[in-house]
Amino acid sequence: MPHWLDLMLTSLLPLLRAGILFTVPLTLLSFALGLAVGFIAAITRLFGPAPLSAIVKFYVWVIRGTPLLVQLFLIFYGLPSIGIVLDAFPAALIGFTLNVGAYTSEIIRAVITAVPKGQWEAAFSIGMTWPQAMRRTILPQASRIAVPPLSNTFIALIKDTSLAAAVTVPELFQAGQRIVATTYEPLIIYIEVAIIYLALSSVLSTLQTRLEKRLSRYGGHMESAS
Amino acid sequence: MITLDHIRKSFGDLTVLNDVSLAVREGGVTALIGPSGGGKSTLLRCVNLLEIPQSGRVQIDDEVLDFNPTSRPHRDAILRLRRHTGMVFQNFQLFPHQTALENVMESLLTVLNWPKDKARTRALELLDKVGMAHKADAWPTNLSGGQQQRVAIARALAPSPKVLLCDEPTSALDPELAGEVVDVLVQLAREGTTMLIATHDLRLAAAIAHDVVFLERGEVVEAGAAAQVFNAPVQARTKQFVVTLGAPSQA
Repeated sequence: MPHWLDLMLTSLLPLLRAGILFTVPLTLLSFALGLAVGFIAAITRLFGPAPLSAIVKFYVWVIRGTPLLVQLFLIFYGLPSIGIVLDAFPAALIGFTLNVGAYTSEIIRAVITAVPKGQWEAAFSIGMTWPQAMRRTILPQASRIAVPPLSNTFIALIKDTSLAAAVTVPELFQAGQRIVATTYEPLIIYIEVAIIYLALSSVLSTLQTRLEKRLSRYGGHMESAS
Repeated sequence: MITLDHIRKSFGDLTVLNDVSLAVREGGVTALIGPSGGGKSTLLRCVNLLEIPQSGRVQIDDEVLDFNPTSRPHRDAILRLRRHTGMVFQNFQLFPHQTALENVMESLLTVLNWPKDKARTRALELLDKVGMAHKADAWPTNLSGGQQQRVAIARALAPSPKVLLCDEPTSALDPELAGEVVDVLVQLAREGTTMLIATHDLRLAAAIAHDVVFLERGEVVEAGAAAQVFNAPVQARTKQFVVTLGAPSQA
């Protein structure tokens, strides 16, 4: 067996382990929480009272305008100076959630706005309240157009979680660094790390395609002639 | 009985409705006619409160709402009045993520909390009434404009409104497709559905209206029985408008 293959095989298990224990949960959790934050932020920005709307605008401005790495360092290394000490994983989770929340709030805001005003009026005209119209008429249509941009955010997030290595989370990339430190084989190991990220994001884009198909069933082109 | 009293509505500096009053008889069909920008649509939207008038009163049976420029009525009051109305829009506005049947069932399920079976039965009856039962499971994108508008009429009728408001129901359709929508509306009129129809399709107005209100620049120029307004209008302006549109004379 060639040396490089041997090296890849022996390091595969620790790498996958780090991926499954840290990269995947960090991605899924921070995306789910980030979506919730993003949804609340988008609704507040669109329909909330002016002061709250302004706070959301400020939040999005700050998060989008500063590097994610700096945000993570502030949370993990900065907050202890004012008495807030967080473990590495929760610190990273908060950082990624806030980040995802800011980006997805802009996406959610855009797709809600993209549903024609006439759809609100049609919903109101049959007697729906505002929350009913939102839930039954607007969100189903908005979520369909939201899938591609949200998937982009999601795939970017998988890769961004490698930044958690810098705040001591032993995730996939950090596991790679450790192996490199003992084997002195950066080329081979980082290629392997890259392949695992690629595999993760490929699996997730396949899921995206499926979700898109399911949500676009009413688009006409998926229909057999009725 | 629907009465509008002294309705005023303006958007910024533009006065769209200036002290408009009218009454719609129960079981009757009233057509709102007049040039574009005359306030027909806005008046219709003031009945179901998609637009809130600055002042005046809207009454549907014993549900009354008064308006004043300083305060918006409570949303429960708006909802109560609105739930006596159904609306048909110029561009249909079916819910694209729901089938024809689901569109018609929506108000019964979401607003009235009917059980699914009962809602389905009523929705199918209504689709049958508008000649669309065979397309119950079709998505709106796969229907022609006329078919979509007929489903939209069934959707508006589902919660049994006291008045059906139709905002230019045939204007987005070519004459042939408009014909099938007119047929449905004529049938509804015969069955005694109370309707208020904004239209510049005088064929539609002549075919079904009992009463006609001619609205121009936000004011009622003339109102009366259809035969009288079309055949022997009192106001010179009404006569001129009816003639230019070539209104078919009524028997």
